[in-house]
Amino acid sequence: MTGGVTGYNRCPPIVTQDSVSNSTDKAAVVAGPASPPEIAVELADVTFGYDPARRVLDGISMQIPRGNVVAIMGGSGCGKTTILRLIGGQLRPQSGRVLVGGVSVPDLDRDALFELRRKFGVLFQFGALFTDLTVFENVAFTLREHADLPEALLRDLVLMKLNSVGLRGAAELMPSELSGGMARRVALARAIALDPMIVLYDEPFAGLDPISLGVVGQLIRKLNDALGITSVVVTHDIYESLRIVDYIYFVSAGKIVWEGTPSEVRATGDAFVRQFVDGQADGPVPFHYPAPSYRDELLARA
Amino acid sequence: MPSADLGAVAGSLRRLGGLVTDHLERLGYSARFFVAVVANTPAAFRRLHLTLREIYFSGVLSLVIILISGLFVGMVLALQGFDVLQRYGADQSLGVLVALSLVRELGPVVAGLLFASRAGSAITAEIGLMKATEQLAAMEMMAVDPLARVVTPRFWGGVISMPLLAALFSTLGVFGAYIVGVRLIGIDAGAFWGNMQSAVDFQKDVLNGVIKSVVFGVAVSLIAVFEGYNAKPTAEGVSSATTRTVVLSSLAILALDFVLTVFMFRGVA
Repeated sequence: MTGGVTGYNRCPPIVTQDSVSNSTDKAAVVAGPASPPEIAVELADVTFGYDPARRVLDGISMQIPRGNVVAIMGGSGCGKTTILRLIGGQLRPQSGRVLVGGVSVPDLDRDALFELRRKFGVLFQFGALFTDLTVFENVAFTLREHADLPEALLRDLVLMKLNSVGLRGAAELMPSELSGGMARRVALARAIALDPMIVLYDEPFAGLDPISLGVVGQLIRKLNDALGITSVVVTHDIYESLRIVDYIYFVSAGKIVWEGTPSEVRATGDAFVRQFVDGQADGPVPFHYPAPSYRDELLARA
Repeated sequence: MPSADLGAVAGSLRRLGGLVTDHLERLGYSARFFVAVVANTPAAFRRLHLTLREIYFSGVLSLVIILISGLFVGMVLALQGFDVLQRYGADQSLGVLVALSLVRELGPVVAGLLFASRAGSAITAEIGLMKATEQLAAMEMMAVDPLARVVTPRFWGGVISMPLLAALFSTLGVFGAYIVGVRLIGIDAGAFWGNMQSAVDFQKDVLNGVIKSVVFGVAVSLIAVFEGYNAKPTAEGVSSATTRTVVLSSLAILALDFVLTVFMFRGVA
């Protein structure tokens, strides 16, 4: 434990975490007295479950300042992607608030939601490129749909976006001709095509080789800083995240179990974070699926 | 034990009720889906190239199977028809028999069945896979409605292609019958064409056939886009949706054909 170098750090046990007070504390810290950084995305005490009996998210609170790259980490199936869907308005929380740029997302009607989404860029797991369009047309897609641009200007814009991810030369290829890493970069170019305010990344590193992984990681950071966007990265790749993000939330069983900056993550002794960072098989996240006593079960069968 | 019997009866009643309400719910949902597709039509037609592209995929790419099937159905019809007609000395009416069968029934129905398995299944699989690979979700997140961008153009592409394919099927069928009847068997060409011309009524036969093919086009296209859009986003989900499209479309064509025929040829019988 680092003992609150920046005031961000806390490593509370899962059961005693008080999400509401937590978020207000942090707001004071992040906002600061001198130059208050604007909050791009805010979740306050959000609960959500696909069926009412089982909650996927249970009292999640986070504040993401404008211009930051923030990672949401956790094991598979812990509700990370659900958080992105709540921010994007694909899902509505059962309780709590979801604010994007001060606007409450769950209260928007369909038209207002679509209007808001024009300020979003989303990189889906495995890219989700349109398989019937060329790389060029994939990047041009939102420009064609939402902006009535002359063809020459549109061409220049698309080539600029493709150039920024290093794939101007691949403009005429079909998505099926791309490697996994290239597809992810094209999806990245498509996500920033409309110069979004916020980019949401859903597992941008999944299934990439180390070189592609590094390239995508650097691109996320560079594009974020160059275009002044705010990035939310959902991932379980701890090493790449520690290199590029400003702040990390660890989610487990629907709750935020730990949060802090990359240097705090490296220094902390928190059991969950250590298990995650060091890849230990057993720990706060148990190796065994819940089961009756091993001894009883073997003896009962005999 | 009576209480156990009662429980079993109640259980099967509950299952039956559940089955009925499930199907009713799906039917109601598909009706709302149809309304949504129609409501999105003006938006989709503003960019006509999307629909033209789908006409190419559903219509032009189905041409080979439709034309070949039409030709062979016509040739077989001529052989079978001649065999029966000559017993009554009516082999001069072969052209009439073939033309009426094709224009009224076989053209729309067989072309519809082929269209369902060739184009309908492809539409379902494509939309289902777009859903499974999150392309539809990506579109939604880009503030583009997949119903307007993906579903509606495919629906109209199918609706426009189907009557044209049925007409070509019938045309090739008549041509096949001409080859077999006139060229191979040796029926008089003048009788073949002349009798056909005087016996086939434009409104009663041709137009009714066109109406049928339009109705089948709407049914097959709606089922195809609906099943694709509502497929489970997994490999099994897409494959079972594709199967359902072919089965449901075929049954819908046969059932609709019966109903339409009853209404159209009421006065004839």
